[in-house]
Amino acid sequence: MVEGQITITDYQTGNTKHNWDLQKLKKGHKILTKYTYKKGEINRGYANRTLYVNLSTNTIKEKPVTNDMKKKFTGGRGFGLKLLWDEIQPTTRWDSEENELVITTGPLCGNTQYPGSGKSICLSISPSTNIICDCNVGGFFGSYLKFAGFDALEIQGKATKDVVLIVDDEAGEIRIETAPHEETNSHHLNEQLTHLYASEDSEKARQKISVISAGKGAEHSYWGCLNFSFWDIRRKVARMKQAGRGGLGTVFRDKKIKAIVAKVKHFDGISNHPADPKKLADVGIKLHREIRDLDRYQCNMRTVGTGHLVEIMDQYDLLPTENYRFGSFPKASKIYSPKFYEHFTKIIPDGCWHGCTMACSKTVDGFTIKTGPYKGENVTVDGPEYETIGAGSNMSLWDPEWILEFNFYCDTYGIDTISTGTAIAFYMEMYEYGILNKERCNGLELCFGNADAVLEFMHQLAQGNSSEFITIAGKGTRRVKDWLITNGWGDPALINEAGMESKGLEFSEYVTKESLAMQGGYGLTLKGPQHDEAWLIFMDMVNNAIPTFEDKAEALHYFPMWRTWFGLNGLCKLPWNDVEPINNAQTDEPSKVPEHVQNYVDIQNAMTGWNVDKNELILQSERCYNWQRSMNVWLGRGQRKDDWIPYRSMGPVTEMEYISRKERYDKKLHENLGIKKKDLEHKTVREKLELLYIYRREQYEKLTDAVYYRRGWTPNGIPTPQKMKALGFTDKKMLTILQKKIDSDEKAGLNAWGGTYKKGESPPTKTKKYWEHW
Amino acid sequence: MVNVLKFYPKKCKGCLECEKACSNVHFKTFDGKEKSAIRITKTEKGYQMHVCDQRGLCLDMCPVGALTRGKNGAVLLNVKTCIGCQACVGFCPIGAMRKNDIRIEPFKCISCGACVRACPEHALELMEKSLDAIKQVVYHKLGA
Repeated sequence: MVEGQITITDYQTGNTKHNWDLQKLKKGHKILTKYTYKKGEINRGYANRTLYVNLSTNTIKEKPVTNDMKKKFTGGRGFGLKLLWDEIQPTTRWDSEENELVITTGPLCGNTQYPGSGKSICLSISPSTNIICDCNVGGFFGSYLKFAGFDALEIQGKATKDVVLIVDDEAGEIRIETAPHEETNSHHLNEQLTHLYASEDSEKARQKISVISAGKGAEHSYWGCLNFSFWDIRRKVARMKQAGRGGLGTVFRDKKIKAIVAKVKHFDGISNHPADPKKLADVGIKLHREIRDLDRYQCNMRTVGTGHLVEIMDQYDLLPTENYRFGSFPKASKIYSPKFYEHFTKIIPDGCWHGCTMACSKTVDGFTIKTGPYKGENVTVDGPEYETIGAGSNMSLWDPEWILEFNFYCDTYGIDTISTGTAIAFYMEMYEYGILNKERCNGLELCFGNADAVLEFMHQLAQGNSSEFITIAGKGTRRVKDWLITNGWGDPALINEAGMESKGLEFSEYVTKESLAMQGGYGLTLKGPQHDEAWLIFMDMVNNAIPTFEDKAEALHYFPMWRTWFGLNGLCKLPWNDVEPINNAQTDEPSKVPEHVQNYVDIQNAMTGWNVDKNELILQSERCYNWQRSMNVWLGRGQRKDDWIPYRSMGPVTEMEYISRKERYDKKLHENLGIKKKDLEHKTVREKLELLYIYRREQYEKLTDAVYYRRGWTPNGIPTPQKMKALGFTDKKMLTILQKKIDSDEKAGLNAWGGTYKKGESPPTKTKKYWEHW
Repeated sequence: MVNVLKFYPKKCKGCLECEKACSNVHFKTFDGKEKSAIRITKTEKGYQMHVCDQRGLCLDMCPVGALTRGKNGAVLLNVKTCIGCQACVGFCPIGAMRKNDIRIEPFKCISCGACVRACPEHALELMEKSLDAIKQVVYHKLGA
């Protein structure tokens, strides 16, 4: 459908229409507990209260948000960390009774004037990593939660039967209800619940509902994602955005939550009661105009979303194919963005929150499903985004329609496209080497490019197939590595270095072999290898703008802090640098997009009435970033050994990879190690592989040294009490934990630099216990 | 069919009665200027009118369906439905969707004819045009 100006009532998607028996669904609901509350006024972006729900005891209560909490943690992810810190233990694991799922908003969440202002931030102890995982997600829920009167929602405990939690702003009630008859898979469940809870039978009423759900896949794997719905009044579909990484959907289903529903009574452009609404509108209009004029010449987000990256990544040898063995592929042009553009619905406001004119949330409507339980149904597929297409290329799957089907099933089953794709790509490589085979894979021929096998695997997973392979494979790369090694099926080094996970989390879809800074951007992270902390490949590899360790460390300080800031405020990162002012290249620091940084200073001040500058924004992030790292230390992780990354992310693991880029690697050996070209000719590929391996591993250690030093941590990656105090933290419990860890590291000899520094080279400092001199 | 304002610059004497009438429609004040959807400016070449041409590019920008065509074909903004996102303001190619600090929701010409009636010089007229002849959509085709 390409005709614009179609009235909302006349708009058709061609999707299968369902006539749900809402009465039957409703009759099945039994209210387990009900809590009545009086909504306070939202003031300058804060509701000043959080909501606590315990599903084991059916307890519901409110907690105040103090000024001290705002000062130290700002909001959003920061609040999430604070709430977790108060409720969990260092022994808490993902499936512990006391583990929480926290959904937070942030002071700018729900603002409608600045694009990308509707994000929720979800936190929990992840099944993949057993440390804190945070996900930034679109959809309407976060905004509605705040407009219902809460800055955050924390859910502890586990229900005994499937429940729905309702935050009902209209009734002034929080309810826990049983929900026995609804579907579990998201695309049906979200639609059912939206119809069930809407105040009246109208698009307007349905748009005031947002549902969080997971799916059957989330129940049976560690890849569970959360689907946040946003009702589309034109398509008449509960569209959804995913909190994908780290298995938060798995935690959700482990708690027997079928769905969380937020229902808002009313909201408008100033429901946040900003200090300066005029300024917010002015800055917003300025950005809308920039997007209007420049997007089509820059990222083309409004047209194809993040999928525009596929062709760029392929051209720069960064598009992961065949489990990151290669960065480009002859067939890749089959999945370039124009191929998806043919399928996308056009001329619809596609923001995942109101006012986002970047509008990257593309859909394919009326898509006919070809396999599995929904075969023959015509549905709306949300996406695919770059990462999902990249997951396809990683499995060597080059059919856009197949990627759409994969995308649909991942979403409705509630599993993360990134983790699923990256893990399966690893299984495929193991299959190619004979480490896995048909028998070991429960009868599936899981070789590269086997489209049917991947979908069959997903269907079996969602059905709860109890075979050994499906059970372990659904737990992800890390567990499969252990399984393969324990069974003695292959070379442990190959298995470890080829399986793309760090901290237990699968890598997202970028090849980082030629960018040391980006290796740090994946490894030296809080939750695991996700590109949301830093994306430095072009800066590092293409533009060579950060040549020294010190430069890279500065980038790996600034960008993770800056990108953390979006999550503190309920914002999306994309409008920061996926559209740039026309004169950006002429500014002092184009990579930081200074004019947009100033926009953010302006909108935070306009919302909160504060008077902060750009340095204060970084400080807000630094507090939370260090607090999260400290909590990981408290949980027994968050140190140098946890920041290990597999060699596949640093260089060629196999001879085939080396040979495929021989010229490049020979050149690197010559330039970096000073090996004469003549001598290289006499070396075997295996020898050259080893030389490069030793060199690149060493480079990563040196980078780690530089980054830890810049961030104010010990050589083992522990935030120092001195740093924490400088950031304003006085919590004795935390400061003691850190000091004890540093003391025990001292005894174990871990407070020493990891890199080997030859003559003429030096570590970041030669002063021992340098942090004590700060 | 759609009613669109037509301006006869040679007849205009710059009294701005049109702006005053317009601000009365939108904000119940005769202040005109920033509170008027129609703006008359004096340039070297004479008077110029700046007002919505009812092409309706904004219709496809509104996330909540607050913008629709009225019976007279003009694009109308329902203030009660509007959530003040300013997408229409930012994307209007001629800047005819306006925002005043009085409220968060924008305002625009609704082809009501108040300005036409207020003009003592008969410099304004509502012309009936075919919708198909003027309507446009925000649509950037990918590639060639």
